[in-house]
Amino acid sequence: MAEEEKKAPKKIVPKKYPMPEQKPEERVHNFNEVPVGQDAQTAILEAQRCLQCKRGPNRKLCMDGCPVEIDIPAFIKKTQEGNFEEAIKIIREKQNLPAVCGRVCPYENQCEGLCIVGKKNEPVGIGRLERFLADWERNEQKHGKIELPAPTGKKIAVVGGGPAGLTVAGDLARIGHKVTIFEALQYCGGVLIYGIPEFRLPKEIVRSEVDYIRRSGVEIHNDYVIGKLDTVDDLLKEYDVVFVGTGAGLPDWTNLPGENLNGILSANEYLTRVNLMKGYRFPEYDTPIRVGERVVTIGGGNVAMDCARTSLRLGCKESVILYRRSDAELPARREEVHHAKDEGVRFELLAAPLEFIGDDCGNVRQVKAIRMQLGEPDASGRRRPIKIPGSEFLIDAQTVLIAIGQSPNPLVPMTTPDLKTTKEGTIAVDSEGRTSKKGVFAGGDIASGAATVILAMGDGKRAAKAMHKYLTEDPSWPSPEVFEKLSCEM
Amino acid sequence: MYEIVKSEKLTPDVIKLEIRAPNIARKAKAGQFIMVTPTEHGERIPLTMADFSPENGTVTIAALEVGKTTKELGKMKAGDKVFSLVGPLGLPTHLNQYGNVVSIGGGIGLALMYPVVRAFKQSGNHTINIIGARNEKLLMYEKEINTVSDEFFVCTDDGSKGHHGFVSDILKKLIAENKKIDLVYAVGPIIMMKVIANITKPFNIPTVVSLNPIMVDGTGMCGSCRVIIGGETKFGCVDGPEFDGHKVDFDNLTARNKRYIPEEQISLKRFQEAK
Ligand SMILES: Cc1cc2nc3c(=O)[nH]c(=O)nc-3n(C[C@H](O)[C@H](O)[C@H](O)COP(=O)(O)OP(=O)(O)OC[C@H]3O[C@@H](n4cnc5c(N)ncnc54)[C@H](O)[C@@H]3O)c2cc1C
Ligand SMILES: Cc1cc2nc3c(=O)[nH]c(=O)nc-3n(C[C@H](O)[C@H](O)[C@H](O)COP(=O)(O)OP(=O)(O)OC[C@H]3O[C@@H](n4cnc5c(N)ncnc54)[C@H](O)[C@@H]3O)c2cc1C
Ligand code: SF4
Ligand code: FES
Repeated sequence: MAEEEKKAPKKIVPKKYPMPEQKPEERVHNFNEVPVGQDAQTAILEAQRCLQCKRGPNRKLCMDGCPVEIDIPAFIKKTQEGNFEEAIKIIREKQNLPAVCGRVCPYENQCEGLCIVGKKNEPVGIGRLERFLADWERNEQKHGKIELPAPTGKKIAVVGGGPAGLTVAGDLARIGHKVTIFEALQYCGGVLIYGIPEFRLPKEIVRSEVDYIRRSGVEIHNDYVIGKLDTVDDLLKEYDVVFVGTGAGLPDWTNLPGENLNGILSANEYLTRVNLMKGYRFPEYDTPIRVGERVVTIGGGNVAMDCARTSLRLGCKESVILYRRSDAELPARREEVHHAKDEGVRFELLAAPLEFIGDDCGNVRQVKAIRMQLGEPDASGRRRPIKIPGSEFLIDAQTVLIAIGQSPNPLVPMTTPDLKTTKEGTIAVDSEGRTSKKGVFAGGDIASGAATVILAMGDGKRAAKAMHKYLTEDPSWPSPEVFEKLSCEM
Repeated sequence: MYEIVKSEKLTPDVIKLEIRAPNIARKAKAGQFIMVTPTEHGERIPLTMADFSPENGTVTIAALEVGKTTKELGKMKAGDKVFSLVGPLGLPTHLNQYGNVVSIGGGIGLALMYPVVRAFKQSGNHTINIIGARNEKLLMYEKEINTVSDEFFVCTDDGSKGHHGFVSDILKKLIAENKKIDLVYAVGPIIMMKVIANITKPFNIPTVVSLNPIMVDGTGMCGSCRVIIGGETKFGCVDGPEFDGHKVDFDNLTARNKRYIPEEQISLKRFQEAK
């Protein structure tokens, strides 16, 4: 230790190496990815900013902030050495979707939030490195053959092909179980394919990641809605266990007067038309989408940023975000807020809608809103917005997008009577992802409520481990009271 | 990909397709629909199942060729493949031993009402079926519906067959004759369903209509299909497509169904010019 201290302290480059980006004035006219990615040289330099610090009794490491526990120091070390092949291998040990998470993970609050370098300077760009390695692997076709062990003879059904379901499927297939995914839409990926726009997450990447899962031996049935075609009970007749990862796909509404006017869409409808159905390439693709001169998006999360930025690209003159708290409370990732601001999205903060006003033909024309101020913190710890009497005002809008949240998808709980749910409609699960129904596990947004890609994947990892244990060594199941309690508590 | 087993024209602009989809066929019930995407670049459109056969593993759809997507389906032949089919979606028709059931179909609704009236009959109801079209050439499923009818009426707007006039005339006549009616079921153009609901309302005759709002996913995820029922917002794809006709806000539905007309015209023009 003493010796180490004598060594001249390593000079730290204070800032992350820049991420080359499309210029705002260019990118608002296309759907191409905004950050274009770092080159190998920059990635090595960025990796060299890492101190390779060791875990101490009171010292948390980057790894502790990663929900899937990637061995971050190890993969960065290999990157420093320029050994990208080994580096991506280390990531792949824990992470099925590195090209996705390297792009959309809220790393500032996770791995990078715990980075020691970040105490005084900018943290090491862990997310960027992860993205670089995954892209390198894809571009160099270094996927390699996936070694699969002998089949175990166990059959697993996964309901929903989003991040949670894909993770479960990948993990279990790679230990020799026979896995089948049932996905309602024509493509797998969940929100990654229908929600998050192309300019943040190219669909080609999702497709390639799904392909990796398929090459791990997973069978995928698309266009297959569980609860309509087969129920979970039907699946249990044929499969040893079932994992439910159906996500939070039910849009929340404001329930304000005028919400059914034409031109008012849920974020889900808007983004699905644009992303899944490629409406932004209409009429080359058939699904229509229309934006008026001014688009008002209600909400302040990632979904709202995606809507507002998509609208600019679809050619509106002005895109406005209406959010009831202040800038500091915006729930979206900081990077997305910056991107939105750079592109010219106007933020109408501390303001909430009261009513939507339409014309004689049933089209929305204005949003009536009211100014807000922040009061005492509420149960969520955030300061509660309070209406300022008499401060009503009108904003013109030909398109209004409702992006105020998502609730759990009700179809599977509705058609599986003995699956306990919480007051919020999520499926009640224990710490291993077990549900009140023996042999049925759940995870991701359907169990947690709308969260993040990496948390959904973390759930998937944990459930996969528990499912393997259940299948191979310990078929015991918690008593019904456990879930009784879980469903009341939450 | 789903193979088309049989393709035929029912009228000059109605196509009937039988498609291999064993999974859907084995679960389908009267009143349910499927989301069809003809090609990879296509849009997802809802179409009611005009029939289904678990034995043959096929479902049958009948589509009125109004725009790009339905016209594209109209060009498809046996052996061609449809990109994607999802279903069965929506709630099946609520079946019960109601007593006297009057079912009314117009236009494309004729193809869709057949499995429903058949199910009414099988559930032990006295079935009175009224079908209508603009003229004789546009009538469909006449024979099939007749075989499951206890009483059967045909109407044409131009009088070329059956009663000269609207299906609603027959309903009014039945009501005027004090016929006992326990349920009215209507499927067809929005305006027709609205008229029927307005006729039965003063007499408190329970009336079910099958709505056709614009859909995207068909599974309750997007809210494109929202309709106002008794002042409340419902999703046509998961809460419907059938609703209490006396509670439907038909004017809102009519306005909402027009919301992409300019784009639909661009699509159609482009499709027709490409031919
Ligand atoms: C617009 C938007 C932007 C976002 N941005 C970010 C971001 O930047 N970073 C981040 O970390 N998170 C982001 N999120 C959140 C993140 O995408 C979700 O938390 C994550 O996708 C949840 O994964 P999941 O697997 O639980 O569910 P989902 O991704 O919702 O996947 C569920 C899948 O199940 C399928 N399914 C549903 N019901 C059935 C059924 N009955 N039968 C068969 N299949 C069914 C669905 O079609 C879907 O494919 C965003 C979300 C949205 C909507
Ligand atoms: C539950 C349900 C069942 C239906 N069953 C049938 C059926 O069995 N046979 C049939 O011919 N038609 C049916 N329809 C209507 C059918 O979906 C539309 O005619 C079709 O989508 C028109 O597409 P298009 O591109 O050919 O025409 P477009 O030119 O795109 O549209 C013509 C009109 O069709 C309606 N429409 C357009 N897109 C949609 C959409 N995605 N969803 C619903 N309506 C739309 C609009 O009112 C529009 O003005 C059904 C609709 C619903 C909701
Ligand atoms: S998955 Fe997310 S939290 Fe984990 S290392 Fe990658 S960016 Fe960080
Ligand atoms: S069509 Fe999307 S919710 Fe009904």
